[in-house]
Amino acid sequence: MIVGERKPLEEIRAMLDPYRKILILGCGECVSVCMAGGEKEVGILASQLRMLYKRQGREVEIGEVTLIRQCDREYIEPHLDKIYQADVVLSMACGVGVQFVGEVAGEEVIVLPALNTKFYGVNLEAGMWAERCAGCGDCVLDKTAGICPIARCAKRLLNGPCGGSQGGRCEINPEVECAWQLIHERLKARGQLELLEEIVPAKNWKPSLSGGPRKVIREDLRL
Amino acid sequence: MKAGSNLEKILEKGEFAVTGELGPPKGNDIEVIKKKAEHLRGNVDAINVTDNQTAVVRMSSIATCALLVQMGLEPVMQMVTRDRNRIAIQSDIFGATALGIKNMLCLSGDHQIFGNQKEAANVFDIDSIQLIQCVKAMRDEGTLLGGQEKIEGQVRLFIGAAANPFADPFEFRVVRLAKKVKAGVDFIQTQCIYDMDRFKEWMRMVTDRGLHEKVHILAGITPLKSGGMARYMAKNVAGITIPDKIIARMVKAKDAREEGMKICVEQIEELRQIKGVHGIHIMAIEWEEVVPEIVKRAGLLPRPKVSKN
Ligand code: SF4
Ligand code: SF4
Repeated sequence: MIVGERKPLEEIRAMLDPYRKILILGCGECVSVCMAGGEKEVGILASQLRMLYKRQGREVEIGEVTLIRQCDREYIEPHLDKIYQADVVLSMACGVGVQFVGEVAGEEVIVLPALNTKFYGVNLEAGMWAERCAGCGDCVLDKTAGICPIARCAKRLLNGPCGGSQGGRCEINPEVECAWQLIHERLKARGQLELLEEIVPAKNWKPSLSGGPRKVIREDLRL
Repeated sequence: MKAGSNLEKILEKGEFAVTGELGPPKGNDIEVIKKKAEHLRGNVDAINVTDNQTAVVRMSSIATCALLVQMGLEPVMQMVTRDRNRIAIQSDIFGATALGIKNMLCLSGDHQIFGNQKEAANVFDIDSIQLIQCVKAMRDEGTLLGGQEKIEGQVRLFIGAAANPFADPFEFRVVRLAKKVKAGVDFIQTQCIYDMDRFKEWMRMVTDRGLHEKVHILAGITPLKSGGMARYMAKNVAGITIPDKIIARMVKAKDAREEGMKICVEQIEELRQIKGVHGIHIMAIEWEEVVPEIVKRAGLLPRPKVSKN
């Protein structure tokens, strides 16, 4: 899933300062699962803001809606009326949702981000999420025992582990696992250590963000 | 001859090589370079110039190397892939070789989190092993990375890389060296050695695979200045282990600097006996003035002369 984390209340407050009628828009997909921008979090943020405005003696109207997902036109359109009635939409979706609500609603509508979109990751344990993929566009997991060196090695090395790997930890921080140590261990357990003898040549970063904004086109699905 | 550098000639002749290290200034003060360089002149065969080591911003390795060439000294240009993509790397190699630089050390580099520009984006377009492949293609095929584009002129570089026998997993460390050899490296400088047993164990694996016949290994040493430095390095520097008995010697010593020098000379003696070790690399960080004394006491002076051409 796409993992997000809500921005600090103070930053959100500052963003919203010029507006009197706010619509907080949650998303029912990834950010709901990672407990950053689903229906529950919309409710929490709304009451935090209401309390804040009350203390400040400000009259601000706050609406709350949570869509099934914000990255799909068909789920945004039924809510356009509410969106148009507000001065501003505070989207609690990932950066994709923030942008797409704006695209669908049109340029008059101001959509602000309530989250910092972090990464593609998993829920490791209660209250902990970790990155697993960086969407590099050309997956190498078949060569690295299913552990991603792009997202999980601090230097994106393809021929690791580097000289900084110590006791299974990455040189950047003893809290961080060395991805290449994990790859080594798994290959060893599978009796495939010889895979690490091969030099992986320089990666083609064109399919990654380095190649510019990306699109997937499936001719078989186009009308 | 691949590059015709002094270092290459000495190693090819079978002489025991000595290299030193110079960290450029955190600014453009040439006097700092001159001072450090003069301590090394005549005492080492080539001088490594670090490339923003530990991600601390310093004068560029290329510019510093070019200044050393002007001073009649031989540099080993270190280059990390942290700060440059393959375009900048190859362009810088053209420039460096045009400026008379003949040795290069291929590194991925310390992560920027260690440095003084922690908010920087890193590059890591290629890694150190791919960098070796890249330089080798430029030198031996006369092409850019990818093999398509021919280059004008000739890139003549003696290609080096690092090895850290003290990093984990230990059994992979010799595999990593083998990969660097396969990629085309000519010489290796190791991380500084304090744990002799582990280094010997690594060298045994190296010779078992016959790698010592394909690459020149220069054993890295760093003289310890004080007990505090020994303790600090053992605890804080990634990839360095210092045995307790060395720390104890440094802590107890009345004259710590003298003790540090003594340990260093003993280490050199021991390293010279190890099969496959073709030289030493002295990294006297911010203590360059100690190098002449260490080299002298170790009986490594005068440095062998090789013909200029
Ligand atoms: S190799 Fe690329 S696509 Fe595959 S998991 Fe890693 S970042 Fe994602
Ligand atoms: S220690 Fe491991 S994870 Fe960290 S940069 Fe080196 S190889 Fe990558």
